[in-house]
Amino acid sequence: MRRHLIGLVLSVAIILCAATAIAQSGGQLRFCLHSEPKTMNPVLTADDSSETVRYLTGGVLVRLNRLTQQLEPELATSWRVGAGGKTISFKLRSGVHFSDGTPFSAEDVAYTVLQLMDPGMHSPTGDSFRSGEGKTLMQVTGKDQVLITFPAPVVGLDKLFDQVAIMSAKSPQKEMAVLGPYYVAENKAGSYLLLKRNPNYWKRDASGRQLPYVDSVRLDIQENRDIEMLRLTRGEIDFINALDAEYFDKLAAQAPGMAYDAGVSLDAEQMWFNQVANSRLPAYKKAWFTSVNFRRAISGSINREDLARVVFRGHARPAVSWVSPANKFWFNTKLQPHPFDQKAALQTLAQDGFRLESGKLKDRDGHLVEFSVITNAGNKYRERMATMMQQDLAGIGIRLNVVTLDFPSLIERITRTFDYEACLLGLMNNDLDPNSQMNVWLSSSETHQWNPSEKTPATAWEAEIDKLMRAQASTLDMNKRKQAIDRVQEIVWQEEPFIYLVNKNAMAAVSSALHNAHPVVLRPQVYWNVEQLTLDTEVAKKR
Amino acid sequence: MKWARIAAIVLLAVISIACLGAELFAPASYAHQFRDVPDAAPSRQHVLGTDALGRDRFSRVLYGTRVSLLLAPSAALLSSLLAAFIGGTAGFIGGWLERCVMAATDLFLSLPWLFLLITVRALLPLNVAPMTSVMITFALLGCLGWAAAARVVCADARSLAQSDFVLLARASGNGGLRLLWRHIFPNLKTVLYAQFWISIPVFILTEANLGILGLGVAEPLPSWGSLLRELESFSSFSAQPWQFVPLVLLIVVVSCFHLALSREEFSV
Repeated sequence: MRRHLIGLVLSVAIILCAATAIAQSGGQLRFCLHSEPKTMNPVLTADDSSETVRYLTGGVLVRLNRLTQQLEPELATSWRVGAGGKTISFKLRSGVHFSDGTPFSAEDVAYTVLQLMDPGMHSPTGDSFRSGEGKTLMQVTGKDQVLITFPAPVVGLDKLFDQVAIMSAKSPQKEMAVLGPYYVAENKAGSYLLLKRNPNYWKRDASGRQLPYVDSVRLDIQENRDIEMLRLTRGEIDFINALDAEYFDKLAAQAPGMAYDAGVSLDAEQMWFNQVANSRLPAYKKAWFTSVNFRRAISGSINREDLARVVFRGHARPAVSWVSPANKFWFNTKLQPHPFDQKAALQTLAQDGFRLESGKLKDRDGHLVEFSVITNAGNKYRERMATMMQQDLAGIGIRLNVVTLDFPSLIERITRTFDYEACLLGLMNNDLDPNSQMNVWLSSSETHQWNPSEKTPATAWEAEIDKLMRAQASTLDMNKRKQAIDRVQEIVWQEEPFIYLVNKNAMAAVSSALHNAHPVVLRPQVYWNVEQLTLDTEVAKKR
Repeated sequence: MKWARIAAIVLLAVISIACLGAELFAPASYAHQFRDVPDAAPSRQHVLGTDALGRDRFSRVLYGTRVSLLLAPSAALLSSLLAAFIGGTAGFIGGWLERCVMAATDLFLSLPWLFLLITVRALLPLNVAPMTSVMITFALLGCLGWAAAARVVCADARSLAQSDFVLLARASGNGGLRLLWRHIFPNLKTVLYAQFWISIPVFILTEANLGILGLGVAEPLPSWGSLLRELESFSSFSAQPWQFVPLVLLIVVVSCFHLALSREEFSV
């Protein structure tokens, strides 16, 4: 209740801020996409650029407020999840029209869900709704009411509709007719996209003025980050949505007012050991990697504080769990990062018969402890993390060989040939609900990275994780789900199949000409409240 | 040009002594991370500043110069020798052998090396010591870099084989091998020198690019290639001119080699 109240207060504060800035509305908002959108069809969206267009143009039934992390009504004025997560009914807003003037009705919702769940469409958004075999049924129960029944319970069903942009069933413009704040007016392939204000957009501010405040949005296709930064400092674009640590510091040095660090994001950097039973690794190395003492010792010998401070220039924090602390509800606050303690690590290793001889670590059979870590070439942050880990592990007599591989070769090794010892990669996470990571935690899953596709769980703790993940997926009781996810986080913290290293911060750059921007950790960091963004009057007049 | 040549020789000697005696001149180990001062500007402790991980850049330049100065010319020498042997022999003998060798050379040049290198990486074990990775990288470059040079050498050898002095030598009773060794190869020196000098910077840069395939010099060992990769993140936002030292050194060393050996080259 308290969280809801805080969320409400924050939302009201932002709306009030927007209202005070009405005088600065109009003009053209400009920012860069790093690649061309691959599709304009919201059902087929899979890449970042298409997702940006979908967010700016798509009207959704419910929207996850990126600041409060709470669901808010949009085209649906109310909704109800029933039958243990199998059904959801929406009461729709009346008097809403698509950008081309076509009226919005329950039939459009039914049409969109039909498209979404059509196996022939191969919709990446639709995949999140597929929980079992069978057909999805849509019932238009009234002019403004629709009931959707899925073949099996879908966890976090209502939140998933944040990604579903409603398409028109009747408009001749098909997916180009939209219900969001903007519509695509011009698309110059490889150059730019021009979005114009949707004249039929339903949302109004507190004073009754139609949103959005900015007349149009120009999305320039620009791959080069240096040029993007230059354009920002010259005032040609208004923000950069995601900055890495190096660019952030460069910008902060040149124009401190433009650089925003929203704090720790949902993304994590992690390493894991190959525990595949039939891999080509020698038996003694398999014994090392499957030993929890060995994994804990490695984890305790890595200085995560240094990784965050040196590699990410302080714009990251030591990771604790597979759920980021940015995920306010699901993060297990009882857990703390593993401390950097090489003495304790050596003691832990001694329990398995490892001993330090003339600065070199040997196992009980006299094998020198040496292993390689693979990571994707070209990612300088991971290469640097691996190099720092090399020095850290040398402190307990372990030789770590850093191998950078092109991405396809790396994927081949970790998913098919299992010809690797340890791997360092990152996890990009867009979804707050941990159920979206079900495919990683179920031992039978192909993406259970450290030991994929287990016929039966290889260890008792993996069996427990399986049980807990299935249990949380079969209930709508949030407290029960939270308990299960907390316990999974504890098990992973103890057993360390993944050694979580750092959670990166979400950083953005915002021009001083742009008002009401409140960068947050969830994507899209800067323009999540695009309807309320305003430009300086001078800038707005020029554009 | 004499003074320039002497200056080049002196400079090369200084660089060679500095990098061969890196253990004496380097203020720190090339791998040691001074984590409290990453990306530091030049100071008394770190004359060329530190890199992103706090490693002393001057030490890394010294050790990196040693690696590249020994191995890039070695790779260039290997490829030039292969080019001399394959191209020189084919051009001298001529006829069907020349056609076959040149066809094979064309085929070699047209192969998609990128994929071959990826395959090579896949075949190599992952646990390779940094020094071994250096050897493998440059041996690979030497073995793959001969084809373009061989075409040039072949054309030169062909014209030499038809020249008057070779005809006279043949008439004097010189056999094939002797002709090749005493008259053809010495006259191919100029073109081989040129190919050799062109190859060195090319191999250094190729080594830097191979890092993207996981075939370059492995961390933490430095090379000019890996030091040049630092410039990837150079932008007008972070003007740190000391980052250019490896690039300047590469240009200086290659130029010095040209100047130092030019007299011998001209006297051929």
